[in-house]
Amino acid sequence: MTPRYRLVRWLVLALLLALLPSVALAQDDSTITDDEVNEVAKDLYCPVCESTPLDVCPTQACADWRELIRTKLAAGETRQDVLDYFARQYGDGVLADPPRHGASLIVLWVLPVLLVLLGGLLFVRLLRGMRATGPAATVAGMTDTVATGPATVAPPRVDEHRGDESLDDYIARVERELKE
Amino acid sequence: MIADFGRITLYVAFTVALYAIVAAYYGARRGDDRWVRSARNAIIAVCPLVALACALIITALVTGDFSIAYVSQVSSLGMPTYLKVTALWGGQAGSLLFWNLLLSLFTAAAMLTKWRQQKELMPYVIVVLGMVQLFFLFISGIVESPFVRNLTIPADGNGLNPLLRHPGMIIHPPMLYLGFVGMTIPYAFAMAALMSGQMGDNWIKTTRRWTLVAWLFLSLGLILGGRWAYDVLGWGGYWGWDPVENASLMPWLAGTAFLHSVMIQEKMRMFKMWNMFLVMLTFLLVILGTFVVRSGVISSVHAFAQSAIGPFFFGFIAFMFIFSLVWITKRRESLRTENQLVSYLSREAAFLYNNFLIIAILAVVFLFTYYPLISELFTGEKGFVGPPVYERALAPLFAALVLLMGVAPLTMWYRTSIQRLGRAVLWPAVASTVLVVVLFILGVHLWPALLGFWLVSFSAALTLWEFAKGTRARMGKGENVWTAFTTLMARNRRRYGGYWIHMGVLIMAFGIVADGLYQSETQIRLTAGESVQVGGFEMVFNSVSRFPGADDLLITQADVDLYKNGEFLRKLTPEIEFYQRSGQPMTIPSARSTITEDFYVILVNWEPTTADAATFRIFLNPLINWIWAGGIVFIIGTLIAAWPDREKAPARARKPAVVAAGD
Repeated sequence: MTPRYRLVRWLVLALLLALLPSVALAQDDSTITDDEVNEVAKDLYCPVCESTPLDVCPTQACADWRELIRTKLAAGETRQDVLDYFARQYGDGVLADPPRHGASLIVLWVLPVLLVLLGGLLFVRLLRGMRATGPAATVAGMTDTVATGPATVAPPRVDEHRGDESLDDYIARVERELKE
Repeated sequence: MIADFGRITLYVAFTVALYAIVAAYYGARRGDDRWVRSARNAIIAVCPLVALACALIITALVTGDFSIAYVSQVSSLGMPTYLKVTALWGGQAGSLLFWNLLLSLFTAAAMLTKWRQQKELMPYVIVVLGMVQLFFLFISGIVESPFVRNLTIPADGNGLNPLLRHPGMIIHPPMLYLGFVGMTIPYAFAMAALMSGQMGDNWIKTTRRWTLVAWLFLSLGLILGGRWAYDVLGWGGYWGWDPVENASLMPWLAGTAFLHSVMIQEKMRMFKMWNMFLVMLTFLLVILGTFVVRSGVISSVHAFAQSAIGPFFFGFIAFMFIFSLVWITKRRESLRTENQLVSYLSREAAFLYNNFLIIAILAVVFLFTYYPLISELFTGEKGFVGPPVYERALAPLFAALVLLMGVAPLTMWYRTSIQRLGRAVLWPAVASTVLVVVLFILGVHLWPALLGFWLVSFSAALTLWEFAKGTRARMGKGENVWTAFTTLMARNRRRYGGYWIHMGVLIMAFGIVADGLYQSETQIRLTAGESVQVGGFEMVFNSVSRFPGADDLLITQADVDLYKNGEFLRKLTPEIEFYQRSGQPMTIPSARSTITEDFYVILVNWEPTTADAATFRIFLNPLINWIWAGGIVFIIGTLIAAWPDREKAPARARKPAVVAAGD
């Protein structure tokens, strides 16, 4: 196993550890405030209206659901209990933060991480490839074409390339001034 | 009458566009200029035809011709005239026709302004733009026509969707569409370069300003959309990672990557293939975005299958994708890079890191946006991805991008030494660290906030330092500060416009971090005369009144007074607007806005039975105005970068070749 793969494995493991569900605190107060209701409703999405969080949805159905949350909280259910209840009733689609199993685990966690890592590897390989094909000539600090710049200490001040003129001139000039 | 006339107009436009494609292709192949000129005239002629169709539908809307289904869907007799006109883009069929109009206008403009400069490319530009126009004319003419008749003529229409009646929503869609359609032009020139074999970076130079202007409109559309959400949707935020928002964010991201990476091609003649790919990606995302924004297909696979336009859009995207890939593959030899990467620490490498990050962000957003479809397709269950998932996944990528934004401009082409870079970042690093320490002492203790503020201020300091260095260099020539600063910008508009844009993004980022981590809220039920204390503010509830508004609107308005430290600040009037015909309520917030903090209040509920009790939701949004202020700086920067050259010849007389190639 190459170090690279070991790294990937560690990253995946670290990620999975980070995902362990946090324990919600139970509330047994019978007078549940709107803020406490909203705190739960915020992480639920209205199953009827498209992509509207439950805490702000103005429809009657959502108002009823908020009352349901209040009742459940008053009955001593935890935030997680309520979220689980809604997910059971209306499907995982109502959760703002989908549960980490099955399709959502793969598509929302494993796939993005893999994509970015794979993309990164590919990108690094691409960069290396571009450097590798770059002739060793550049090290010598000579120029066979204008395009391949010399790799000596001083960066090339050639202004043959087009684009915004005096691009690096200013910096160079400033540095010269600063030395004076 | 109008319906028939309109439909025939679209059929004629379709035929003319088809002719333009065939004639242009034939003429280019045969080298016969007469065919090409005829094709040009034909594609220009599409513009007045589509404009006529738009004029017809607007006439029907204004005169209330409810025999046309679209008119009865999106307008009603009681609507003010300006809303009847803007109802042109108030529904799916109308906005697709509007797309047609913008595309034909842009096409005509490109034909008239670029014809002489780009003779070899033009026939193929006509072919590509013609294909896009043909597709949209097909959709507007046959699949989703705004000229379909009602079977029974209703006495009145349904009226415009309440969400679309707000002034912000009247200008937001056209801005977005201008951006969408504008991005089609660089794509067409890129494809034309491939098809004609004229592979230089001519197409990039020709379309540079187009791309920038299209990108400007996309940015404006996104910012206005956020502002509209904040002002009208009443949930205390400005961006909810809604599929429709994402659909317009994605082409913007691809366009941003493209705008950066073309600079490597211009300067170093590298990554030609990658640029072709990016411009294609931007275009395809634009088409996908147009479709998604209008049809709400993300909600379910069934909605997609049932929507009349779905399969056609899907087919068109697939066709254009294959078409582009075939041409890129065909010309891969000439798309070879002409230069090598000398160092990982160079301007060109920095642009590559930028592209990598932006594309990573794009990929994640894409995956999350289409997750509901993917999930339903494979598991049969509808999935949903909320903001927390996006924020967790994207925060590290955005953080890296912010850092890069500050550091990358310090690098030089070919290579930069570590020492040089170290010297350049020293003082900005010290300054931003001092700022963060001060913030810590002032009570900012969340580590993501501290990290975010440090990154943003570090990059901002670096960017400001760039301005200062340039200005100082010019002052060495004996100019005063102001002249030095303005000349610097005038002579290097693209570069310093870019830095302005970076500053705008950083100011926005500062506000986003602050609001994202320090927004506080509370919900409370008050009876008349009662008050609530929130974060140093006191809000007193006076009364609720109910009165009719324009058309079928019923407004329930609360009257509250806002105090701070016992001192009266102002009256706030949050409302619930109720559109009786559509039965749709809207909560319109009211806010007291300052540069440090917004006091934002929503009327959640009012109980008519108990007469004078109402429920309010209050948000304290710190630094949210920085987002809008940053947006303005951003737009100014884009304007600086895109402003046409005035004194072309004298300034660049020593480089005649450049003048000829530049636009």
